[in-house]
Amino acid sequence: MGKISNEDLLKRISDKFQDQVTVVGEPFGLLTLETGREQIIDVLTFLKEDPTLQFIFLTDITAIHYPEQENPIGVIYHLHSLVNNVRVRLKVFLPAGDVRIPTATVLWNGANWMERETYDFFGVVFDGHPDLRRILNVDDMEAFPMRKEYPLEDPNRVDKKDYFFGR
Amino acid sequence: MQNHPVFTDNDPQNELSTLNLGPTHPATHGVFQNVLQLDGERIVSGVSTIGYIHRAFEKIAEHRPFYQITPLTDRLNYCSSPINNMGWHMTVEKLLGIETPKRVDYLRVIIMELARISDHLICNSVLAVDTGAQTGFFYVMEYREAIYEIYEEVCGSRLTTNIGRIGGFERNFNEIAFTKLRKFLKEYPLVLKEFENLTKRNRIFIDRTKDVAAVTAEEALNYSWSGPILRAAGVDYDVRAMEPYSSYEDFDFEVPVGTNGDVYNRYLVRNEEMWQSLRIIEQALAKIEKEPSDIFHADVPDFYLPPKEEVYNNMEALIYHFKIVMGEIPTPNTEVYHAVEGGNGELGFYLVNDGGRSPYRLHFRRPSFINYQMYAPMSRGMLLSDAIINMSSLNVIAGELDA
Repeated sequence: MGKISNEDLLKRISDKFQDQVTVVGEPFGLLTLETGREQIIDVLTFLKEDPTLQFIFLTDITAIHYPEQENPIGVIYHLHSLVNNVRVRLKVFLPAGDVRIPTATVLWNGANWMERETYDFFGVVFDGHPDLRRILNVDDMEAFPMRKEYPLEDPNRVDKKDYFFGR
Repeated sequence: MQNHPVFTDNDPQNELSTLNLGPTHPATHGVFQNVLQLDGERIVSGVSTIGYIHRAFEKIAEHRPFYQITPLTDRLNYCSSPINNMGWHMTVEKLLGIETPKRVDYLRVIIMELARISDHLICNSVLAVDTGAQTGFFYVMEYREAIYEIYEEVCGSRLTTNIGRIGGFERNFNEIAFTKLRKFLKEYPLVLKEFENLTKRNRIFIDRTKDVAAVTAEEALNYSWSGPILRAAGVDYDVRAMEPYSSYEDFDFEVPVGTNGDVYNRYLVRNEEMWQSLRIIEQALAKIEKEPSDIFHADVPDFYLPPKEEVYNNMEALIYHFKIVMGEIPTPNTEVYHAVEGGNGELGFYLVNDGGRSPYRLHFRRPSFINYQMYAPMSRGMLLSDAIINMSSLNVIAGELDA
């Protein structure tokens, strides 16, 4: 396992950010933290540049949608400290009317397409992103398809109605 | 795109020519496009367009029970689909807390390493084809066929394998599978060596690949590269060694590392990884001898479908069958991230579960997608012919690119 325990990691982060970072849990040993969009870049910068933590590897950026929550869109970062072999997960929840967050491309070039994908599917606007366009879907699409209100199939289709299948 | 020179069509100053590399260009080996501005043979700028085979797997996965998501993972990196299948099974097993028997782990290791060999041999031989050496490709291609025949004995299919189940395998390996595996282990090293002799010290091959598209370790990490191309740049990050899954900690193998991250180093790393995979398979075969030969899945009736005869004759099996198919078994309300070392790098599965019959959210960390984003920036100033072999050495698989 990793060279830094989750307690030490949490202590270092909370020494620096006090109550701006809250703990969500430790599912399967992966420390999960929640923070706000005001300090997300500061937190990421600290994690990346702190000489003992060295979370230099950005594993992934993605998002999740909880329509019933007050802040429904969550942006999720996975970081990996290759030196200590420890992972950490960061979550930022954003309000429905204002789905904006600063870009992480200032820290990692690799965040570019991850953020474009997140924008494409969830409509999260990454402020300061150099080239925020859709990436997998067609450019003139209007919906953000991974949001929960977007149905998997066209609801106007009639060829899959239950009565065709004797149900 | 930044630095993109803008000329109108009838501007007499415009001496650049536009080349559409893709979507269906033989050199891209997949459906994705690069619009390149060329000054003679030099690339001035490039814009990558992807998404031509986007199939919305993450959305579909939110509507399917866990065991029906395995066939979706087949279609990510279809050159090594067993790794994707088993990465997904292990993610679900981690979520459900299923402990697999050692024999299952070792059988999985055999299949995953075979998949790695088939992935790397395609990549390296196609790299040779792109540098002009067609012959080696045909030598090793025969052995991809041999690997597919082993898959066929285990799961019945070849390319999109859907191999294994949550908890283990759908059936035990038969004797033919082991015979074919032993035959492969005996014959393939000779062919690999022959292929190596064709390319490794070949003056033309070295001239074409050495110092082409060299990437420093810092750049590679900055772009979140993983897999052989990151190791070729000198970073010894291999998920199998860093976070062993499926009992990789029981095996003795080396993680080959390159020095300057150019195309030749990537070729060498992949080549050495094939030798290491062969070593791992040999060890796994020896270890399996010591395990009870009738175990091929974990004892988890809640998630592992009972044999069909039992379903018809045994009420308990029928109940389990019904509950599994209808997705009526409660699952933990939590989230899990599990990564495996795919053919192209860290293949991650981020699964958020709400206790329902299908995932609340499933995200694939697809190494090709993340590796490929550096392609257009790094092509600037490169010769077109170098950019082509750079692309084949990145081993971009369109299925994994688009999900």
